[in-house]
Amino acid sequence: MSVSKDDVKHIANLSKLNLTDKELEKYTMELSDIVNFANELSNIDVEGVKPTAHILDIKNVFRKDEVQPSYDREEILKNAPSKDAGCVSVPKVVE
Amino acid sequence: MDLYSLTLTEVAKKIKNKEVTIKEVLDDIYARIDKVEPKVDAYITLTKKLAYDRAEKLQQRLDNGEDIGVLGGVPIAIKDNICTKGVKTTCASRMLENFEPIYDATVIKKLEDAGAIVIGKTNMDEFAMGSSTETSYIKKTKNPWDLSRVPGGSSGGSAAAVSAQMAFASLGSDTGGSIRQPASYCSVVGLKPTYGLISRFGLIAFASSLDQIGPFARTVEDVTLMLNVIAGHDKLDTTSADLEKQDYTKALINNVKGKVVGIPTDFINEGINKDVKRAYDNAIETLKSLGAEIKEIKLEYAKYSLATYYIIATAEASSNLGRYDGIRYGYRAEDFDDLDDLYRKSRTEGFGDEVKRRIMLGTYVLSSGYYDAYYKRAQQVRTLIVENFKKAFESCDVIMIPTAPNTSFKFGAHNASPLEMYLEDIYTVPVNIAGLPGISVPGGFDENGMPIGIQFIAKAFDENTLLQVAYTFEQNTTYHKEIPTIEEGK
Repeated sequence: MSVSKDDVKHIANLSKLNLTDKELEKYTMELSDIVNFANELSNIDVEGVKPTAHILDIKNVFRKDEVQPSYDREEILKNAPSKDAGCVSVPKVVE
Repeated sequence: MDLYSLTLTEVAKKIKNKEVTIKEVLDDIYARIDKVEPKVDAYITLTKKLAYDRAEKLQQRLDNGEDIGVLGGVPIAIKDNICTKGVKTTCASRMLENFEPIYDATVIKKLEDAGAIVIGKTNMDEFAMGSSTETSYIKKTKNPWDLSRVPGGSSGGSAAAVSAQMAFASLGSDTGGSIRQPASYCSVVGLKPTYGLISRFGLIAFASSLDQIGPFARTVEDVTLMLNVIAGHDKLDTTSADLEKQDYTKALINNVKGKVVGIPTDFINEGINKDVKRAYDNAIETLKSLGAEIKEIKLEYAKYSLATYYIIATAEASSNLGRYDGIRYGYRAEDFDDLDDLYRKSRTEGFGDEVKRRIMLGTYVLSSGYYDAYYKRAQQVRTLIVENFKKAFESCDVIMIPTAPNTSFKFGAHNASPLEMYLEDIYTVPVNIAGLPGISVPGGFDENGMPIGIQFIAKAFDENTLLQVAYTFEQNTTYHKEIPTIEEGK
């Protein structure tokens, strides 16, 4: 299994990245190399082996649903590229 | 006297005993930075004003007879993917070039509570993706042992700053070797603690099931002091382990008699540089002569760690980096037609090549039709690797392997093939896959005088055994005492 140009176009689209023709060419080659290398895993017998998501024996860590002090709105907005009336502003979404 | 050449332990003692003032230490370290940094380029941001303000306050408290902490007044550098309140945290990316966090990472709070002074933020591979610090959008950090070579990565700035004596210690992050490999390339000590031992609140995420913060310093003792300060449970990090606080300095015992050191012979014979092999064989002899028992072990799945790593890490990265959309913070493209175009242009212009490559690879292995063949299978192989280590640790206390198969390379050496660069991580990734603690300690030099690191690996949360063996190895060798020339080499 190798990566085709169409595959790369598809995943660039899913990743919301624009590629030039030259980049498409380059990434197709590089990703094929890496995926071909990763294909060595297909030789391993994994029948019945449970997948590991992370190594700690903990899951679903919740805190009590209590109100706690949070950050200041003005502070948070300092890093927003565009803001208006105490909100982050974005281009018109609904025509 | 040059204060900058002291160890962290030594300088902290001098400050505490009032042999020197904190300001004198800062003056000395910034003078060193002024002299050496133009050649090494380890820092992205220097926090001079904040550091001097803090020094003054700490000195007042010290003069009033207060205890200012075990790191009282010690200058420390921080990798630029760890959030520092009001100080730019760029991840060495155009995407976050002007990002100023509004909170401190938990590790920063802990360091400052212990009296440390943050003197600057260090360079790294963009979003910690790389093994040479060459993918940084900001600058290229040079190896203090030969300025024409890379410092390793991704925490290259943090390793180079400590190596070139521009900080007494630093913090890095290690997802697949990003602390241990640059420590090896720059001849300093680098510790990647057990997954869950150190809070990652405020660490900008790359691959969440693998990322871990850890310290660099010039000695095992200094790294241990840093670990004592930053370890511990944090309710702000749900993957933080709730364990009793320990004093790791108790593990600093110069003795390995009766300790069993595992050697995975089948894993380390492929593609290893001959000088690295020689240094490794010497390390085995050293430990043997100190009374350790050397035992051959099998890690038959370890060789699959790299493929497993590059599937899992990129899958997680593609998801974690989805947040960079040009809306709430980070880079936003100037010209766009609509919302979708804003997303696309901001991400296309804001991310560099390596980050895009990994986002796309991660998207590929998670995409419909490939999920089972790649992502799920990698998680299954991960289980086999974890079990491999568990079994190995039934018959040994620590495992010893080289930190990297080769020593530092010239800039651009791996430009033609990203895969070749990935292969350099073969000895470091298994530790992240299995969530274990690992440490790189100076272990020799190659024929060009470039440093070689020896890596020790222990059971999860057994930092004590890890540090004891690393400490004993260090105390009975002299490699860590060598100082880099900070010039261009062969």
